[in-house]
Amino acid sequence: MTVAHAPSYESAMSSYEPVIGLETHVELGTRTKMFCGCPTEFGAEPNTQICPVCLGLPGALPVANAAAIEATIRIGLALNCEIASWSRFARKNYFYPDMPKNFQTSQYDEPLCVNGYLDVVLDGETVRVEIERVHLEEDTGKSLHVGGSTGRIHGATHSLVDYNRAGIPLVEIVTKPVAGAGANAPQVAKAYVTELRDVIRALGVSDVRMEQGSMRCDVNTSLNRPGAQWGTRTETKNVNSLRSVERAVHSEIIRQAGLLDAGERIIQETRHFHEDTGQTTSGRSKEEATDYRYFPEPDLVPLAPDAAWVESLKATIPEPPSVRIRRLQEAWGLTDHEMSSIVNAGAVELITATVESGATVEAARKWWLGELARRANAQDVELEQLSITPAHVAELQALVDAGRINDKLARQALEGVLAGEGSPEQVVAARGLEVVSDSGALGAAVDAAIADNPDIAAKIRDGKLAAAGALVGAVMKSTKGQADAKTVRELILSKLS
Amino acid sequence: MSTISRDEVAHIARLARLAVTEEELDVFAGQLDVILTSVQRVGEVAADEIPPTSHVVPLTNVLRPDEPGECLAPGDVLRSAPAAEQNRFRVPRILDEEA
Amino acid sequence: MQPITMTAAQIADAVAQGQISAREVAQAHFDQIASVDTELNAFLTLDTEGALAAADAIDSARADGEKLPALAGVPLALKDIIVTKDVETTAASKILKGWVPPYDATIVRKMRAAGIVVLGKTNLDEFAMGSSTENSAFGATRNPWDRTRTPGGSSGGSSAAVAGYEAPLAIGTDTGGSIRQPAAVTGIVGHKPTYGAVSRYGLIAFSSSLDQAGPFGRTVLDAALLHEAIAGHDPADSTSLTAPAPDVVAAAREGADADLTGLTVGVVTELGGAGYEAGVSAAVAATIAQLSNAGAKVVEISCPSFDYALGAYYLIAPSEASSNLAKFDAVRFGLRVGDNGVASLEEVMSQTRDAGFGAEVKRRIILGTYALSSGYYDAYYGQAQKVRTLISRDFSKAFEQCDVLVSPTSPTVAFPLGERVDDPMAMYAADLCTLPASLAGTPAISVPCGLSEGLPVGLQVMAPAFADDRCYRVAAAVETLTTAALGKPLLAHSTF
Ligand SMILES: [Zn+2]
Repeated sequence: MTVAHAPSYESAMSSYEPVIGLETHVELGTRTKMFCGCPTEFGAEPNTQICPVCLGLPGALPVANAAAIEATIRIGLALNCEIASWSRFARKNYFYPDMPKNFQTSQYDEPLCVNGYLDVVLDGETVRVEIERVHLEEDTGKSLHVGGSTGRIHGATHSLVDYNRAGIPLVEIVTKPVAGAGANAPQVAKAYVTELRDVIRALGVSDVRMEQGSMRCDVNTSLNRPGAQWGTRTETKNVNSLRSVERAVHSEIIRQAGLLDAGERIIQETRHFHEDTGQTTSGRSKEEATDYRYFPEPDLVPLAPDAAWVESLKATIPEPPSVRIRRLQEAWGLTDHEMSSIVNAGAVELITATVESGATVEAARKWWLGELARRANAQDVELEQLSITPAHVAELQALVDAGRINDKLARQALEGVLAGEGSPEQVVAARGLEVVSDSGALGAAVDAAIADNPDIAAKIRDGKLAAAGALVGAVMKSTKGQADAKTVRELILSKLS
Repeated sequence: MSTISRDEVAHIARLARLAVTEEELDVFAGQLDVILTSVQRVGEVAADEIPPTSHVVPLTNVLRPDEPGECLAPGDVLRSAPAAEQNRFRVPRILDEEA
Repeated sequence: MQPITMTAAQIADAVAQGQISAREVAQAHFDQIASVDTELNAFLTLDTEGALAAADAIDSARADGEKLPALAGVPLALKDIIVTKDVETTAASKILKGWVPPYDATIVRKMRAAGIVVLGKTNLDEFAMGSSTENSAFGATRNPWDRTRTPGGSSGGSSAAVAGYEAPLAIGTDTGGSIRQPAAVTGIVGHKPTYGAVSRYGLIAFSSSLDQAGPFGRTVLDAALLHEAIAGHDPADSTSLTAPAPDVVAAAREGADADLTGLTVGVVTELGGAGYEAGVSAAVAATIAQLSNAGAKVVEISCPSFDYALGAYYLIAPSEASSNLAKFDAVRFGLRVGDNGVASLEEVMSQTRDAGFGAEVKRRIILGTYALSSGYYDAYYGQAQKVRTLISRDFSKAFEQCDVLVSPTSPTVAFPLGERVDDPMAMYAADLCTLPASLAGTPAISVPCGLSEGLPVGLQVMAPAFADDRCYRVAAAVETLTTAALGKPLLAHSTF
């Protein structure tokens, strides 16, 4: 294939309209796996959370986890879906070594939840993303590729398989095609995944950590000329952060536009997103599409959620996050702009929790959108990935409010917390950051500064109060910054009046 | 009437991960043709309005509580593995990224 | 009395009363195995050590005055498709040779709890696919009645072991007739329970929606005793029935008096006539006449969709098998072929599966893969499932008019070794009579009912779902009537 010239995003958007679709996998946070009683701890030693069922040993049989079924129905309800009164599992047959039975127990034509929607707000405007289906399946194991230079499958001499993850319940949420977003398509994709994450987190059914793989996203993208039929779509896999969702759509739009501009056709294929380059590369072509040979799973009986069961689950669905945002905005007295910067920074939960821990809204915003946002950005991580909790932030602010540390010391304390040295209180104690408030010690420092600078002291006595700054500086220097400048100034003036 | 060709058998065998020999292909293609011709009769009686039976037991919603059960001892997990390394199952290089 | 000629009921009694030790019983059976199994090839694996240890445990429990469980000390032959912890389990396939499972099937645990002593694992058609036990990777099993003939299949190792006095009881599995047909051609009793009555956890799956484990015995009562020991709800099997099992032991005892007054027996029109051996038809007709003499009302009943059972079965079973057997992939257990450090996993998997599976298994995997593939699903698998519905409806209608349905168990007596191995359709025809009950998930028993040129003929008794007790009651009556007609139990006519 010739390498097509990549147009700018703007020029791509002037010629084509994108249609996107998202398939999101969410690992449920159940105690045990989907079809067996093995635990689901993340990061356990390889092949230690294994039984005959999830290892696919001959003779073993699955039994569905009630908590996983309920979690899926609750996700469906939170996404405004209809809950099927009759639903079955099906076998999706294909050979792959990380799948113990060489079929995945999934759902095919009879999913648990269908026809829902999720409203997302983008720049103050509501975009409705329609949900086609929500279904339940089991996760696969994980392979380690050995012998290649990159740890990737290509070039490896062999692979090592760990089945701890195999059989963990996985919910797949599939949108209908989203058309009409125009140049905003990448942002809509990101906003949708963010909102979906918040909805699921609010339900408490998954920790939805993209960086740990408990939420994974595949993004379908196609381009068409305005008014023309939808184009051939590609499916970009391996999109593992909110930012990447946006970048993947963006880069795939540019790539496809380049090919179309050059008169080439788009191949229906799976592509892989690379975090480092922000580009996608070709995976398996769907033209040799695997024939999955779905059929109803004979080892599991049908699910038939009755109205009473569904109603009882409906009663547990929390307020939708977007409604909650509006409520919080009013309670916090923020402008649209202020609130959306909190939302865009992914800091709603963090600020809510910080306020709940006793900080004012102002203080919580100052920390999360200021110093902490700056650090997260520098490290290229999400705010919530920083190793600091909302309770820590509230504690830090309380120390400032009590005058025990000043702003400069607070930043040092923050650094200690982020470095894993403990709570702000512990860091302040361990690093000896507390403001010198002991009037004896401070008085002595002031006296010393006056004695060392008789000229300046004389000026102040003469009423030239502006000269006090030099003495404050001297005291701050001798106390290594651990004094409250305002207190020092007052002390100097009172001693020289 | 031929219902399945030799090429089709070869394709299906690849899908089923069976490296069948040329001789096997010849034999299977002939036999499968006979079998398929005979089983095609099922199409004669099964009208559209008849619901399919996938499960004969009158059971629905068979679920287990989300409570941990027993896992295999680590030694038992790998004891029948054709090859193992670093407590993992060792497999030859994987050709294509299918999943 | 020789331990090997005792029934399970007699052994359990004798052991409980201290007339014989469980070890003596086990040892006598191992001696019989040693003397006849080189010819029969019924066993693939013997667990001499485990069996004798289990027998000793029973003997010392008795010595300590403990109350023994129902079948304490009764030896059993276990079809090698049932998973046994620490005892090699192969499904008679090269692909599993040497596999020592880390867990026990639910029915194995239940049998141990009932005091049953498992002697070893018996031969079968590879993965239970066949009707003659010739599809075993480890050699054919021979019929004790005539060593040039097959013992039926796929549970032929189990049927031969019981008919050859190597064990009073055996476990088989029945997907399309694999308990009933071997029972018929070896002159013993074999029952396929209602689907879901016996746990499938630990039964290596062939066709999940059809597979059922069940008992073999030389008498109806023995089969009922074993049925009682293995039946019951299992939370590890989602398709396991929750309703309490019927009292099959009481039914077997009740039927032995051969008074069938008030019972209506339906004779299935479609399961007989042309294509059935004359001797088989004659023996079955004579037995039906005896049932009438014993007070039963006999009616003829047509089940037209039974004619489509063979087609439906040979689409559904291979389809499910193609998926169930995908796990044999050279990754986690079993055979691996061609791993030379260069070949890809895909090549190693394909070579392993080609080398590890026998011809019949490969044939069915290909057939099933084809039937499930896109473009054919509706025409094949989908249609076959509709036929299943029709067959169930025929059964329901029939049971409005009668209490049980009867037919020959198999169209022929035991056929000669080698006769059908290259003709799949002829082999499949051996299951013609047993397939309808498999597809409907309903219970059916085969009980010896006569001889045809010196070889045993079986009568199949079919009942509605959950009414396994009816099968046992009528089978016990047939047993009494046949023994009277022949002057001694049918199996005693074997020259073995
Ligand atoms: Zn498990």
